[in-house]
Amino acid sequence: MDAVFRALADASRRELLDRLHADNGQTLSELCARLDMTRQAVSKHLAILEEANLVVTVKRGREKLHYLNPVPIHEIAERWIGKFERHRLQALSDMKRALEQGSKP
Amino acid sequence: MSKPAFVYVTYIRTTPEKLWAALTDPQTVGRYWFGMAVECDWKPGSPWRLEFRDGRTADSGEIIEAVAPKRLVIRWRNEFRPELKAEGYSRCTMEIEMAEYYPDFGGRAVKLTVTHEMEGDGTKFIAAVSGGWPKILSNLKSLLETGDVAFELGV
Repeated sequence: MDAVFRALADASRRELLDRLHADNGQTLSELCARLDMTRQAVSKHLAILEEANLVVTVKRGREKLHYLNPVPIHEIAERWIGKFERHRLQALSDMKRALEQGSKP
Repeated sequence: MSKPAFVYVTYIRTTPEKLWAALTDPQTVGRYWFGMAVECDWKPGSPWRLEFRDGRTADSGEIIEAVAPKRLVIRWRNEFRPELKAEGYSRCTMEIEMAEYYPDFGGRAVKLTVTHEMEGDGTKFIAAVSGGWPKILSNLKSLLETGDVAFELGV
């Protein structure tokens, strides 16, 4: 769990997770093409995310595809969010999303 | 083979044999899979069916590979939502490996990898199952490590 928090405590790494969330299963080159970071930096961040099990890789022929793995984040949520609060929190977050979408010009 | 739509991994402090039993024993499956019942004899070519508590079929398909305690491949289609059923079959692969070291445990753990690939375009199906798996996997992990699940009621 320490590895997950360490990995998430960096804006560039959260950005990488956002990119994979939007388009799962990308190669290193695909990720680099859309980011303002050097290949070495992206590669280093991906290694930290992989160590924390937030990113999982799959080999497809000669390519290595990167996938966002949300399971550790879910396990963290599970630890502190009780089963009785879950539905209320879901309702609040649905309401927040609806209100924020509604307020867009 | 197409590219997997998603790949989920969890590390569990257990043995491959116990994890395999948890994935295939109907009583155990019901405990972490929101009370669903599974019907299957886990032989290649055999039918596989997941049903709700009221007996309705949730998903169905067939076993493509079953190598205990290592690898399970299921050809899988949703049966209860017409728009998902229309997207056709996916292929779900569950792989069990020993991980030599996992920091959270400071030792060996069993690594479970779950992937889904669609035979055709399965945007809606993938959106539906990808939301369910993290809950099922953390329930399964919790059950094997502590003997209890975080939440049992249906989704």
